[in-house]
Amino acid sequence: MKALAARRHHRAAPVVLLLLALLVTGGLYAVLAPSPATAETASTATDVEEGKRLFQANCATCHGPNAEGSPEAPSLVGVGAASVDFQVSTGRMPMQMTGPQAAEKPPQMDPEQTAQLAAYVASLGAGPAIPTDEQVDAALGDSANGALLFRTNCAMCHNAVGAGGALSEGKWAPPLYDVSERNIYQAMLTGPQSMPVFNDANLNPEEKRDIITYLVEQREGSAGGLSLGSLGPVSEGLWAWVVGLGLMIGAAVWIGAKSS
Amino acid sequence: MSTDTSPSSTVEPPTTPAGKAADYLDQRTGVGVAVKEFARKVFPDHWSFMLGEMALFSFVVLLLTGVFLTMFFDPSMALIEYHGAGPESMQGQLMSVAFASTLDLSFEVRGGLLMRQIHHWAALVFMASIVVHMMRVFFTGAFRKPREINWLVGTVLMILGLAAGFSGYSLPDDVLSGNGLRITDGVVKSIPVIGSYTSYFLFGGEFPGEHIIPRLFTVHILLVPALILVLIGVHLFLMVLHKHTQYPGGGRTDKNVVGYPLFPVYIAKMGGNFFIVFGILALMGATMSINNVWNYGPYDPSPVGAGAQPDWYMLFLEGSLRLMPGYATEWVIFGYTLSLNVLIPAVVIPGLLFTFLFVYPFIEARVTGDKREHHVLDRPRNVPARTGLGVAFLTAFIILALAGSNDLIATHFGMSLNQITWAFRILFFAGPVFAYWVTKRICLGLQRKDRELVLHGHETGRIVRFANGEYIEVHRPLDDQERWLRVNYDAHRPLEIEPATDARGVKRPGYQKDKQWQKLSRFFFEDRVEPVTPAELAAAHAHGEHDEIEAAPRSPELVSGTENADREQ
Amino acid sequence: MSANQNPHPGQEVTATSSTSPERFEDPGVPAHKPRLTDTDPQAARRNERIVTIIFAISCLGAIASLVAYFAVRPDGTTEGTRLSTALLGVTMAISLLGIGVGAIHWAKSLMSDHEHVDERHELASPPEVRAVAVQHLADGAEDSGIARRGVLKGAAVSALALFPLTFAVPLISSVGGDWDVSKFRHTIWERNRRLAYDPSGRLIKASDLTVGSVAHVIPEASQEEMRSHEWITEKAKAVVLLVRLNPEDLRSDQSPEGETWSYDGIVAYSKICTHVGCPVALYEQQTHHLLCPCHQSTFDMADGAKVVFGPANRPLPQLPITVDDEGYLMAQDDFAEPVGPSYWERLK
Repeated sequence: MKALAARRHHRAAPVVLLLLALLVTGGLYAVLAPSPATAETASTATDVEEGKRLFQANCATCHGPNAEGSPEAPSLVGVGAASVDFQVSTGRMPMQMTGPQAAEKPPQMDPEQTAQLAAYVASLGAGPAIPTDEQVDAALGDSANGALLFRTNCAMCHNAVGAGGALSEGKWAPPLYDVSERNIYQAMLTGPQSMPVFNDANLNPEEKRDIITYLVEQREGSAGGLSLGSLGPVSEGLWAWVVGLGLMIGAAVWIGAKSS
Repeated sequence: MSTDTSPSSTVEPPTTPAGKAADYLDQRTGVGVAVKEFARKVFPDHWSFMLGEMALFSFVVLLLTGVFLTMFFDPSMALIEYHGAGPESMQGQLMSVAFASTLDLSFEVRGGLLMRQIHHWAALVFMASIVVHMMRVFFTGAFRKPREINWLVGTVLMILGLAAGFSGYSLPDDVLSGNGLRITDGVVKSIPVIGSYTSYFLFGGEFPGEHIIPRLFTVHILLVPALILVLIGVHLFLMVLHKHTQYPGGGRTDKNVVGYPLFPVYIAKMGGNFFIVFGILALMGATMSINNVWNYGPYDPSPVGAGAQPDWYMLFLEGSLRLMPGYATEWVIFGYTLSLNVLIPAVVIPGLLFTFLFVYPFIEARVTGDKREHHVLDRPRNVPARTGLGVAFLTAFIILALAGSNDLIATHFGMSLNQITWAFRILFFAGPVFAYWVTKRICLGLQRKDRELVLHGHETGRIVRFANGEYIEVHRPLDDQERWLRVNYDAHRPLEIEPATDARGVKRPGYQKDKQWQKLSRFFFEDRVEPVTPAELAAAHAHGEHDEIEAAPRSPELVSGTENADREQ
Repeated sequence: MSANQNPHPGQEVTATSSTSPERFEDPGVPAHKPRLTDTDPQAARRNERIVTIIFAISCLGAIASLVAYFAVRPDGTTEGTRLSTALLGVTMAISLLGIGVGAIHWAKSLMSDHEHVDERHELASPPEVRAVAVQHLADGAEDSGIARRGVLKGAAVSALALFPLTFAVPLISSVGGDWDVSKFRHTIWERNRRLAYDPSGRLIKASDLTVGSVAHVIPEASQEEMRSHEWITEKAKAVVLLVRLNPEDLRSDQSPEGETWSYDGIVAYSKICTHVGCPVALYEQQTHHLLCPCHQSTFDMADGAKVVFGPANRPLPQLPITVDDEGYLMAQDDFAEPVGPSYWERLK
């Protein structure tokens, strides 16, 4: 009992308690936070009308009143619903500020508004449609073929397991761990920003799904333990110095210190 | 001590089993002499003396885990379609047997992945501890006579470590290391005259061919480790022969060594350190994944991943390749192509870095003109030029390594890759110069601080008021040990040379050369802080305990060029 | 230099090391401070117990490692392998660290910490020993008569110099294969060879490519052909990157005759970097820039793949392409220059 009481007054006790409290709060938030609703696909004439209204209010400043484009922003005629859904549901559009590249941020439109915008833009000209749930179902794909295709077509920008990478002049290829299957498919199909287009002749719909399966499989983490960001030898080297050399030099200082 | 088990019949025969065994052995090997010599050999104690041990012990771990891996690894480039216990994404893929056996030893052999990860972590830590060990030796001047040869042996060991690491990194035949080999091929091809043939020499034909993995395997498990083992033997033999250096302190001189006996204290500490190093590596192998080759996939010449980098110890080369601008650096001379954009960063710059390491001890010996043996280490502050040069060298190395990681810096700090590259291009030249200057100033500052302490003692915070109304702070003089640490060093002076002509006006041969050395020597020792002499201390005391430091515009302790004889009055 | 300050003014090249006429006295090895365990037998016993417990923990770690080995079999999943690796490794670390920490704590707290002093001896051998050594060498040289027998010396040196060739010549002549470095000059691209997607091998129609799209391309080949080392070595030179630009964005081809090497805004360039040979593959469709992930050379695909940044010096070689009757893309010819990094005989 006495020993227990002594332990409770340990120097590190407040720190440990604080860490525990943070962990519990974070964990509870993760469990209880509302999960994002899934996108709806059916579109009607009223959707197009509503979408047009949203477009005039949020997008027309840059893309022009009829989405015909301007010196600052491309024309959206013919980009298709897939492109709009990708840009808006990942929060890239409406854009916060001009920069090397539109960054991902919390979406500004709810799923219904996104669908309405997509319906409006799709009505302006034929373009890639939003993929069906079956087209992006990771359970139906072949991850081995996905790995092969990802390596040749995607890994040079997005890293071998989709951890992201740098492009020139401050642009970057984002990490793919948290990107929804639907958005991955749409990105390949429409080639947002710096990304090239992988149309269905280049990567057919099954091949796109295989890539999604491969990427979803990577979310299990590494078989060897902590993944260290899957960034390759640089992060490994950094950890070798910090953890390996750090612990060993710590031990050496203890070995060399005089006992009291 | 049971060393008196000599064969002469006058000694009583041993009775205990250990005694009998020792007697048996001694009669056949004379091991008693060695035990007498080494059992109580004294080793000085300091944490920084464990850094070399860390390198040695990680090498032992590399040998142990390496043996485990060779039992299951098959260095063949034959192509197969993989079906095994590896990840789903590898099933049915075309790959070399080397890659497939890497998957098998990771996923089928229980504990295999652990051994592979320990092996790779040990390799990274091996190189890191070699670098830190070299830093300790450099900054404390442990390379001085009689240890210059051992410094060379150590530098060669470091280079062999690079070779061992690079050859091992390439063995699994994955996309990442395959691109590393491809870069090697590109660098080799840039060598004038023999480049193309050297490439054929390495790959047995055109890159990648079907020979490189078996060849690297032989290099990795036989050639390089054998050389490393031999040189470690030489390194340790010389260490024992010279007896270990020691840090300065009371009773430590160039004629003795103060510390604890090998048996039992150092046996326990060294042995214990081996298990700690091994334990830490096992912990890393258990919890932190490293080089997941199944992420990169089997080698195929078409793909490459973002973050294509070598292990950290080769990053400086990668960085130097990245920094070199390509504009106007490819010259065609009589129809032959000279690619300076590859030769300069991949051959000239590492050449310069390694040359600095190889020649530094001899340069320093020449500019000090010091021919004595040194066994008491320098405090880095007491040799400001050397410490500055060391820090400048490290700065260049670190800038190159960071430049080799510029894409990760760009993504993690939201910066432009191109701007980072430009910044590093400038920093590579400006950084070392600035680092040298700052380090030297810090060293001189610390030396002056030492002088101040010796002359005026510690501030006690106790304020005393005299009868005449004067307030002073009482200073407590340093004790003998504290003072000795701060006054026991040599402040080398620049070389002095004979005049250009002798008394009869005849030109002296070799004068120009001497003058060059004198110039270099001035660079080293022009600015220096002399240690306090007893006379100075006595003078300071004569001023009274409360003597404050004069705020002279140019501190009199810092001597430039010649001895400033008229010290503070 | 003020020579009067120099204690050895007569010496030719001198360094002065001891500047002050008198120096401080070495106070000697500091007095031994007894540890708690030296003075308090109870503390010594306590530390003995601690060391014993640490060694016992090490034993338990070793046993736990065996248990983990036999009890936790990886089930083939990522999770299973991770668990097995972690258990084996952590228990192994406990057994190792236990020994290490125990031994060191033992040494620090219980073994004597009185400092010992060993004398050092000068490393150089004493003059009389040196004299004998020199005499031995002289005697040996005299015995052999090496100084007198010049021809014999020459023969011996020649023999020693020649014998390594018996080893080196067979090795070097075989180790480089056929040593035919002219292979660097050619790839398997030839007139009418069609372009195919990497890695699927599907053929590419010009109409398949939309503006802003990129295709990683290999030469058309059978599946059999593609499963060999010869193919991998050829592929290492032949990979091509195909992009379609707006024809008005396309500023130039590399072709001297103008736009004869591209087809309707479709251009094909070697994917092998002219710097050190990495596959250049990061295509940014908005700027038409192609970035190499290895050393960040950047090429402008709209402008003859000229270098716009980084360590590469030359543009990427262009593959001249056209379409066949069925609309499939095919090569007009091999590359006009060697692909990949520069080498000495590149232009010969």
